[in-house]
Amino acid sequence: MPLDASDLAALQLTLELALATTLLVVAVGTPIAWWLATTPSRAKPVVGACVALPLVLPPTVLGFYLLLLLGPRGPIGGLTHALGLGSLAFTFSGLLIASVIYSLPFAVQPLQAAFEQVGTAPLEAAAMLRAAPVDRFLRVAVPLAMPGFLAAAVLSFAHAVGEFGIVLMIGGNIPGRTRVLSIAIYDHVEALEYPAAHTLAASLVAVALVALLVLYGIGAQRGGAPMTRMARP
Amino acid sequence: MSAAAGLRVALKFGFPSGFGVDVDLDLPARGVTALFGASGCGKTTCLRGIAGLEPAATGCVALGDEVWLDSARGIAVAPHRRPIGYVFQDSRLFEHLSVRGNLEFGFRRLAPSQRRIAFDDVVPRLGIENLLDRRPPNLSGGERQRVAIARALLTSPRLLLLDEPLAAVDDARKNEFLPYLEGLRDDAGVPIVYVSHLMPEVARLADHLVVLKDGRVVAAGPIGDVSARLDLPLAETDDAGVVVVAQVAEHDPRDVMTRLAIPGGSLWVAQVDRPPGAEVRVQVAARDVSIALVEPRQTSIQNVVAATVTGRRDDEHGRTLLRLSVAGMPLLARVTRRSAMQLDLVPGRAVFAQIKGVAVHE
Repeated sequence: MPLDASDLAALQLTLELALATTLLVVAVGTPIAWWLATTPSRAKPVVGACVALPLVLPPTVLGFYLLLLLGPRGPIGGLTHALGLGSLAFTFSGLLIASVIYSLPFAVQPLQAAFEQVGTAPLEAAAMLRAAPVDRFLRVAVPLAMPGFLAAAVLSFAHAVGEFGIVLMIGGNIPGRTRVLSIAIYDHVEALEYPAAHTLAASLVAVALVALLVLYGIGAQRGGAPMTRMARP
Repeated sequence: MSAAAGLRVALKFGFPSGFGVDVDLDLPARGVTALFGASGCGKTTCLRGIAGLEPAATGCVALGDEVWLDSARGIAVAPHRRPIGYVFQDSRLFEHLSVRGNLEFGFRRLAPSQRRIAFDDVVPRLGIENLLDRRPPNLSGGERQRVAIARALLTSPRLLLLDEPLAAVDDARKNEFLPYLEGLRDDAGVPIVYVSHLMPEVARLADHLVVLKDGRVVAAGPIGDVSARLDLPLAETDDAGVVVVAQVAEHDPRDVMTRLAIPGGSLWVAQVDRPPGAEVRVQVAARDVSIALVEPRQTSIQNVVAATVTGRRDDEHGRTLLRLSVAGMPLLARVTRRSAMQLDLVPGRAVFAQIKGVAVHE
């Protein structure tokens, strides 16, 4: 069954959201993961637990608090209002912020595990070869942790594509603006349009499968387990 | 040479485990200094302290007038700003780069004016021309270490630190690898600090010996002096023996032997492929030296020298280690305590030392 215009819009929005989430979450997650992997600080378990929180909370709980924060009466919503940006709730930006927070552990954990596996030995070697700290990070730690980056990107992307509860809370169901695939499927099922729901659902299954194949393919190429290993708490 | 030109290492650090290191050394500006001792005595920690890889270290590290650490004055130069080449025990090649990429890593980070050592000079010297496009996982232990040494040399270091570079090399390959290190000692032109727990390696390579135990220096000095001391842990091992610098005196082609001149006389050894006048390093193990009170005449042993007993140490295993002087040159001899008693081998006694075997390091 072919997709109608509103389903296509939902698909496009979903891919845009997932792509933007992936880029942002890796950008934000990398320094956090590096800090968690290398710090001797006693605050490490606290930060680690906060980052991992979305793993255990129902998405609706997170969505609810984000709605309060970003809504017109929330502290962040109030700030964006005062700046003339309007409320972030029920907008693509709001959705993106929620998606980044929700996907953070899926990027931070594989990155942290990868950085921990790299260890300090190659970085010390780089220091003795005249590389300054940032140079060491970019030219040694990042390339050696590349499987972790790929895992972080694939997991975040797949996760952002499939997210439902948090989207419903913070984004609502505005066609072309916040109506993503998972919401569209829900709508079709509600309306008993099973063939349409099937088409979308099957495409999500395909996306998830491809993402995991890429992940396991990298793992097999490296001769080890798939790069879905989680960091030590 | 003034003391200021050498390497000053005064380091102190404690670890939460209770293990601590406290050393105060003035090392020569030339040649190889071996940091020698059993596992866990603090050798590697010292080396890391010199390189600046132990942030907890306090004290003073300076090469000549270049100060890298002076806690009292608040100076601590970051590791990447110290002109040091460091070869790690586990080579630590970058797995994401080819051998060439590894070699160029440090080289490219030097200003061209600072590059005193050329790529095309180092690569053949370490015999790695054919490895340049290989990846580190496809190299043997010896190949990895040669690449690691070349990589360190290409940063044109003013000091070379080697942490047991032979540890990852197969026993069968060690003898092939040692000439590379000897070449380094003779050509590098910079001081080398070499960590090892194996006396044969040290005897072959080091000019200067520092013996560490439990994080403290128990002896330091020229290897000929330190290796001849009776009061060090070294003296209790089977490897006890002295290292002597000898000169090639003459060859005897008929018997395929070479006469080496030593301070107290000469030693006949299996032919050495070096011209007369060349200096060679000779190791005489204490277990290869026996004692006679009268000059032995009909004996298969080629090398008999007149000596005086200068020291004696009995151990709890019925063995005695004697320190001899051969015209000022020290020699160690291992005999049974019974022999030592029967022959009355006490300091001052004139004896003849029969040297059964000599290891010559060209």
